Formats: sequence, structure tokens, C-alpha cells
Amino acid sequence: MADVPATILEDDAAAPGRDAAAERDAAGVGRDALQIGGLTLGSRLLLGTGGFPSLELMAHAIEASGTELVTVALRRVGSGPQNSGAGSLVATLAAAGVALLPNTAGCHTARDAVLTARLAREAFETDLIKLEVIGDEDTLLPDAPELLRAAEELVDDGFVVLPYTTDDPVLARRLVDVGCAAVMPLGSPIGSGMGIRNPYNIALVREAVEVPVVLDAGIGTASDAALAMELGCDAVLAASAIARAADPVAMARAMRAAVAAGRLARGAGRIPRRLYARASTPNEGLPELT
Amino acid sequence: MIVLNGERTDVHAGATVAAALARVGVKPDARGVAVAVDGEVVPRSTWEAFALAEGSHVEVLTAMQGG
Repeated sequence: MADVPATILEDDAAAPGRDAAAERDAAGVGRDALQIGGLTLGSRLLLGTGGFPSLELMAHAIEASGTELVTVALRRVGSGPQNSGAGSLVATLAAAGVALLPNTAGCHTARDAVLTARLAREAFETDLIKLEVIGDEDTLLPDAPELLRAAEELVDDGFVVLPYTTDDPVLARRLVDVGCAAVMPLGSPIGSGMGIRNPYNIALVREAVEVPVVLDAGIGTASDAALAMELGCDAVLAASAIARAADPVAMARAMRAAVAAGRLARGAGRIPRRLYARASTPNEGLPELT
Repeated sequence: MIVLNGERTDVHAGATVAAALARVGVKPDARGVAVAVDGEVVPRSTWEAFALAEGSHVEVLTAMQGG
């Protein structure tokens, strides 16, 4: 047990997890940049652009969130509103000054995902790709063998691959072994708002890999994002939780604060959980009143 | 006959990718656009020169909110 990192043993008497980067952050969130591939991000909140009722609201939410990296999908020209030309999504995101993280959403095979990634690189002039290979229509859970195959091929082709993956620490390690620049484990199914169903696995993923861990999918509200950061995630991607909130701009603000708070708390080193009380007021000097 | 974004068109064999793009209202300098012909990426630099074969399937893609 001696080699088991303390961060996954929060319920034990072992010292709570501390990590140097998070501790540095305690002195100032703004200086705590996140490096993914060649990208340096001042914000640890990534935003999904899907689900907003309008591009205008999306732009306001991006500003309120403080994000510097947002996801985009690729679809046929003319298949959606405002997807080309002036006032388009691309123009709106360019005006917002954010970097793009194209995804391969909707792909069910490694072959489709690899081609989609290559098209995204051509369209958006970026090597970043959020790799999604879906194995089930109802849960939208990743297809692990296809995901790994696609990741390997894309890394070999020079991509900076950020795979959307399950909360399996073994798969996370395999993805890093083939060269992924980060891993993006799910908290619960995409758009479900169920939060982090297995926080222990997220902590295990954190311990299993050296690359950034970005909690992706399942975030429902701000406390979920804070928990992700407290578990040691390096960043959080929120999409539906913001876009489909009753007030997306207010929720974007809440997520921003939650990610910062969770990061600070991680660095601060939480107290261990205990079954019984531990008095916070000393008994010394207690008067005898009866 | 060329299949353009899943629909048969009167764009014919020998036409360039650029001509197919014009059919769906995409200008050669459009940002955020990518083209695949029969499952292979066609780089922007070759849109004007790439001649489509009979029965080619052309996909013209651009950014959509998602993820």
C-alpha cells in the first residue's frame, strides 16, 4: 500500500493529495496555465459550443466563462443555421478570440473518426482533435478498441489527440501509451447532467497518466466541475450544462468560479474524511459548571 | 453525375472540386470548409485543379455547433 498515491485514499488517514502545480496556483489562479500539446491555456474551463439557442447567447457565455478553447463539430454545408459565411459560427468564434478544438462527434468507427479529424485539420488549420468514437447510441459511450485504433493512427499522422474516453484508468494509460496529449474521461453520459458517477475512477485516471486529464461529459452544475478539479483533473469541459441551462451566461460564470475553486481546494489539500467527530475547540481550560 | 453532400447533382465528370463548391454556395476563399472526395481529403490548394470522376461522392463540410 505504501506506493498507492494518497490522493486516491481520501477516506483513509493518509495525508490528502497535494500537487505542486495546484499549490503554486493557490498564490494566483491566473498564473496557473494549462499546457496541452503546444497550447497554453490560462483558463481550465473548456466549453462545448453545442446546444446554445443562438450564436449570440453562445458568444456571451464564452465571454462569461473565460474559456480559451471551445469545441466545434464538422457537418455538411447548409445542414444547419448560419454554418457558413458572415455571422457564421466560425466568424463568431474568431471574434471571441478562442482557439478551436474540433471533435469527431457522430463517428462510430476508427476509419470515420480519422477521416473526420483530417477534414477538421483542413477546415480549421489546427492539429488539435477531440477524438470521439461512439459505441452505443443510447449512452453515447466510447467504443474502446476503435478509439485506441483511431488515436494511434492520428498520433502517427501528427495530430494532438485528446480522446473522449471512459473512466477506465487502464484504457487511459493505453491511450497515453500510443501518444495522446491528454485524456478526457467521462463523468457520466454526454448531456446526462448526472455528474461524476465514479469519483474514485476519475482519481485513478489522474494517478494513471502524466498528461492532462480533462473531465468531459456528465457535468450538470457547478459543484460537479468543482469536484472534478478536487479529484485532480487539470481542466473541465462543459457543454450541455452551460448551453442548456435556463440562463447559460450565469451558468458559464458559475462554472468558471467552480473550476477555479476546485483547483484551489485541490492545491490546498483537503482534510481526510473521518467517521467520528474531531473537536475543533480544545478541551483544555474547560470550566466545571456543575 | 456527381453525388454532392448525399444528393445527385448535374455537376458532371470532369468538373473541378471548386465547381462543386460553387454549386453549394461555397467560395474558394471560404473559411472553415473542408472537402472529401470518395473518402479522401482534398486539400484547399488543389480545389481548382482536382477533376471529379463520374459517380464521385463529394462531401463539403463546415463548422457546426457541437461537443
